[in-house]
Amino acid sequence: MTAIEPQAIPARRLEWRRAKARQVITETPRVKSLLLDVAGWPGHLPGQHVDVRLTGEDGYQAQRSYSIASPAEDTLVALTVERVKNGEVSPYLVDEIRMDDQFELRGPIGGYFVWTVAMGGPLCLIAAGSGIAPLMAMLRHRERQSADVPSVLLYSARSLEDAIYREELDAMAHRNPALRVVGALTRRQAEGWTGYRRRVDRSMLADTCFPPDRAPRIFVCGPTPFVEDVSSFLIELGHDASMIKTERFGPTGEPA
Amino acid sequence: MDEPPISRGFRSKRQDQGPTNRIPPGQYVTTDFPVLSAGPTPQSRPGDWTLELQLNGSRLGKWTWAEFQALPQTTIKTDIHCVTKWSKLDTTWQGVTFDDLLAAAAVKEPPAPYIMAHSDGGYTTNVPVADLVGGKGMIATLYDGAPIPPPHGGPARLLVPHLYFWKSAKWARRLRFMEEDEKGFWESFGYHNHGDPWKEQRYDGD
Repeated sequence: MTAIEPQAIPARRLEWRRAKARQVITETPRVKSLLLDVAGWPGHLPGQHVDVRLTGEDGYQAQRSYSIASPAEDTLVALTVERVKNGEVSPYLVDEIRMDDQFELRGPIGGYFVWTVAMGGPLCLIAAGSGIAPLMAMLRHRERQSADVPSVLLYSARSLEDAIYREELDAMAHRNPALRVVGALTRRQAEGWTGYRRRVDRSMLADTCFPPDRAPRIFVCGPTPFVEDVSSFLIELGHDASMIKTERFGPTGEPA
Repeated sequence: MDEPPISRGFRSKRQDQGPTNRIPPGQYVTTDFPVLSAGPTPQSRPGDWTLELQLNGSRLGKWTWAEFQALPQTTIKTDIHCVTKWSKLDTTWQGVTFDDLLAAAAVKEPPAPYIMAHSDGGYTTNVPVADLVGGKGMIATLYDGAPIPPPHGGPARLLVPHLYFWKSAKWARRLRFMEEDEKGFWESFGYHNHGDPWKEQRYDGD
């Protein structure tokens, strides 16, 4: 071979970085937010995620993916983690991590399930449970940019106590009339609850999401059966499949 | 990073994970079958389904559902590995191998070194032909003896189990030969171009 091979340009590797817990917030009995100081964090887009790697004393390592809940405007990276029953990494992150504890993280990862103010609206966000985390990054970014993009969040939780970021969301909607926050409590409703008292269904989506002729950008995140149902309803209502971006988690058949 | 920080008290909860030489680095075994898709699940019925093999815009072969079912069927039992860290052992699939598709289209030698798989819903992924021939890749229509459920890629998905599972494109409709490699959907969003789980090729530069 005499031909000179073109030198491949090495892609920039996503390095493992050291993350230090600066604040641990109890969101619900099963969910905590970890606010992390990440050495050399390159920034991210709302909706992206990270890989977390824990190393045990015997050298054993485990990796999992978590959505980023903080906007790129913040210096700390927030992960909102739900304790998965019989899980390996999430119980440790939720129950064991204290201030100044360290672990490894790399990212940001993904680039499809993202929204920035520059992408415009209207914006329709639909979440169940801890699926709200990446959508919260979008809403926090929207607020930090003082944007008035017409937006709606439809958030399904089992009960009021299971609803993450409740006070922050209420305050956000109070400050910005272009944002509407709608709750659906599926199992237990507090006295005086004025939101929906059932699972998200087609008529609820028709009533809360912007109509198809306004071509909203739609983001759906939650357990697999929830996302499958919601995205099918949205298609039936006439929304274009290409406008619906989804993130699913958990097994196929787990009840939402 | 040189030395990873130690998480005090963190230890493996793994039990009965099977032979460790079947679990690539950074993966864990699940008995569930998680669903990862960037958009809604396309509702494609076998009656409307066709599979097409293309080169430079021309058709090398095209099969209806019935024609595809009449091709030689192969059953394989294999482990699958998702870039989101889960691995699932001993999954059983039935379909038509890439080799048998080429034979059915009377293509003796692959005419180009790369394939772009195109799916309902617009998903794409690029795979070297070398990773498909020799029984390494197939278009699968049955999972565990039953039609593949739509959220898992039914009616038909590409199956390239030795690469991370995003390469096994769900809802496959078209395989396009390419002279030059091009990036597919996730590959253009920073995921690794090849995706070998044993080399832990998750993202660009891995």
